[in-house]
Amino acid sequence: MTESSSRRFAILAERDINKETFVEPWPEAGLIVADSPYDPQPGLRLEDGRVVEMDGKRRADFDALDAFIADHALDLRVAEEAMAMPALRIAHMLADINVPQAAVRRLACGCTAAKLVEIIRHMNVLEMMVGLGKMRVRRTPANQAHVTNWKEHPALLAADAAEAALRGFAEVETTVRVARNAPVNALAILVGAQTGRGGVLTQCAVEEALGLRLAMKGLTTYAETLSVYGTERAFTDGDDTPWSKAFLAAAYASRGVKVRFTSGTGSEALMGHAERCSMLYLEARCLLVTKGAGSQGVQNGSISCIALPESLPGGVRAVLAENLLAAMLGLECASGNDALASHSTMRKSAKLMLQFIPGTDFICSGYSAIPKRDNLFGGGNFDAEDFDDWNVLQRDMQVDGGVLPVTEEQVLGIRKRAAEAIRAVYADLGFPPITDDEVAAATVAHSSDDMAPRDAVADLAAADRFLAGDAGMLAVADALRRRGFADVAANILEMGRQRLAGDYLQPAAIFQATHPEISDTPDTGQASILSGGPAGLAGPESKDAAMDFDSAPHPSTPATNDVASAQDASATKRAPHFHVLSAINDPNDYTGPGTGYRLEGERWAALQAIRQAQSPREFVAPHAGPASPKLVEIGPARASTRPEIVVAVGPGFNRALTRTIGGLEHEAVLAAILSGVADEGLTARIVKVYRSSDLAAIGYAGAEVSGSGIAIGLQSRGTTVIHKRGLARLNNLELFPQSPSLTLETYRAIGRNAARYAKNIPPAPVGVKIDNWARLRLIVKTTLLHRRETDEIADKPPQELWFDWEPD
Amino acid sequence: MMNAECRMRNERYPLMERAGDELRAASGRPAREISLAALAAGELTDDDLRITPEALRSQADIAREAGFPQLAANLRRAAELTAVPNADLLWMYEALRPGRATYEEMLALAARLAGDFHAPEMAAFVREAAEVYRARGLTQKEQDGK
Repeated sequence: MTESSSRRFAILAERDINKETFVEPWPEAGLIVADSPYDPQPGLRLEDGRVVEMDGKRRADFDALDAFIADHALDLRVAEEAMAMPALRIAHMLADINVPQAAVRRLACGCTAAKLVEIIRHMNVLEMMVGLGKMRVRRTPANQAHVTNWKEHPALLAADAAEAALRGFAEVETTVRVARNAPVNALAILVGAQTGRGGVLTQCAVEEALGLRLAMKGLTTYAETLSVYGTERAFTDGDDTPWSKAFLAAAYASRGVKVRFTSGTGSEALMGHAERCSMLYLEARCLLVTKGAGSQGVQNGSISCIALPESLPGGVRAVLAENLLAAMLGLECASGNDALASHSTMRKSAKLMLQFIPGTDFICSGYSAIPKRDNLFGGGNFDAEDFDDWNVLQRDMQVDGGVLPVTEEQVLGIRKRAAEAIRAVYADLGFPPITDDEVAAATVAHSSDDMAPRDAVADLAAADRFLAGDAGMLAVADALRRRGFADVAANILEMGRQRLAGDYLQPAAIFQATHPEISDTPDTGQASILSGGPAGLAGPESKDAAMDFDSAPHPSTPATNDVASAQDASATKRAPHFHVLSAINDPNDYTGPGTGYRLEGERWAALQAIRQAQSPREFVAPHAGPASPKLVEIGPARASTRPEIVVAVGPGFNRALTRTIGGLEHEAVLAAILSGVADEGLTARIVKVYRSSDLAAIGYAGAEVSGSGIAIGLQSRGTTVIHKRGLARLNNLELFPQSPSLTLETYRAIGRNAARYAKNIPPAPVGVKIDNWARLRLIVKTTLLHRRETDEIADKPPQELWFDWEPD
Repeated sequence: MMNAECRMRNERYPLMERAGDELRAASGRPAREISLAALAAGELTDDDLRITPEALRSQADIAREAGFPQLAANLRRAAELTAVPNADLLWMYEALRPGRATYEEMLALAARLAGDFHAPEMAAFVREAAEVYRARGLTQKEQDGK
């Protein structure tokens, strides 16, 4: 780019948004987000209950994906009806709150990829958001966290996973820097997550076959990174076919493990096999393969390719469209917002809103619960440093983004316990020890920079032995049980026991952990939701657990059988109860206002309670000190004809309030103003206005009785005006609205200027510091100080105050 | 009427809560006997955390009734795969990846699934894959060129 001669363009060039790459569409290279001129036209022909032609292609010309979609994905009972229906009409049904989810889904399941894209063509982002809010599979929205770190430190992984669980994430995903670390990384987040909150699902993203082995060992409880692609070439470059992926899905389910596929716009173009088709059309094919393979859900929303659609016009819209298509097809959707998508915080937040506001099954398919530099998934668009921002967005919009506010004390407690738990497991399994220093460091750490390096060779050797050996979930639970972590052991065992039912193989399943007392109450589904969403009970329960076990034996001391069995008994008595929420028992029943998921009750109270929230009742006290005895009310203020200035103060002055918002004593402020008046050789009279706390009214009333017709109006919080008799009430000579910026020097200058107006010598306006952030910072205090003054309003005429003060 | 339909819930779901007393592990151990006490007593083995084909078929029925026929088919295939040992499962998956097995080897795999493991749906699925792989050049290359 050439250097700008415009100063403004030079500054714009430095902005974060201009670190991004923007390109014009190029369909031949697959660089087009939707509606490539080469995308096929929708069409479907059936003969004898079999697809013979789909989207303009005859069966003889089908590639592997076409064949799989035609034979497994399409619901042929409704296909002819759906394909015959105008796409615009289906788009209307999506945006119409009166049409329930099931009616749209029935038709969507009969649509070809080209037809699905044709429906989207008619929709803007607002209509799609309405559609997504309705089509989302699970009624209760949730979120997923990424927990990784550059050093692959087990204690830090466990501590971060525990914190993520405490913060309410329903799933925690890790991955590897060195593939051989997979079993120990999976172990660390399993132990950490079950320490933070029972029932959190965990997985480790690795090569497919290795992922299956981890699940078989019980080290993971779901699998997500089963990637699918929209063209045959890209699919086989990914070393799979729809059939091998479907086999894998069945293999996971046969071990009671939840599976979610992965797709997303842009991957085919990136792999060089887009075949001139639009990203959204190819994604529609991915979703149909996912559906046909029997995966309960998908992670999409471009995922790691996000910057590619975002380089193109309509990219963010297309990413919303792919989430919507997944939901339309009845697939659980973990809706992206994971990999780094932009340098610009404004652009990132705006994009997030498309999923955050409607709510999805998992708003992020990986919120980086660790700093970006520790994220091994591609950066983390939102990370541990954004936790407070996220919590505030939820509070601002009354939207459930799946994250709970927590306190530092809770976080430190749970991190320490998780680090101790993984240390106990390492000790029991004979892995290289985790030291006290490492536990202490992981407890307070922000990133792996805070951790000393470990012996990577020894850790990897242990990881290899662990993967090759027989020890799995049961050995881990038993190690925890014997070493003083019966509660964590019970949670892990319950994750294993849940495999027997397979309830969490149903679409969009997550677990809510509840106390046994709660699980004993009749299960109505509704009650569980009212009891607090995916993590509503995490606060009290995990706090409870942490407190209970603070008194437990130190895990590094050898646990005696007595202690272990006492803990077994107590843990059995209060065995965890994981209540599943899925499309079966928590289907999204949104049909407009008052229906579907509502953030209210206990859950809303929990999301409001950010640690930064203060009691507004304490704002006024610092401004109400002892009144100055030098100011005495001496009777009604009479109009005068002397050459004087009147200083008219508010009804709370030097009584209910004694200091301005900037912390200046009222007495000192008055003295400064009077000194200024005296500088010009005039005197001032002080009048207290009772009938109003409004600055204009105070100044106006002062001018009415002022001999010179000039008055200074002064509110107790310090806001000041110079008024003149005869001016309209809301007019003035000078106004000083930024009371926090006013100093005693300014007040003295105000006094001087008022005197000059009285002497008819036009003064230069008083210079004040402009701080545009002051209002933002102080508006609550301003409101409360004004309210306090307003409380002092009384129905009596202005009173004169005697001020026992002499100029220097 | 549509709303009433939406609100219909499957009365057997969650199985863990609604049918917990009948639920068993692949080992035969009742699910409610999986506890820390049993673990402490050294009674639990890996098969006590393995799902049964019956539970998977129940979930398949629940999925089908709720309008998720493809998931139901996957869960039925999964029910069949419960009989396949871990090592075989890994090997079979590998064989289905592109370019790994010949057409004949895929048919043999299908036959083995149907015969040794009584997995007719999975076998049919693999046979179907063999036909598509052969047509699309996704079977193992060396022995393809005949």
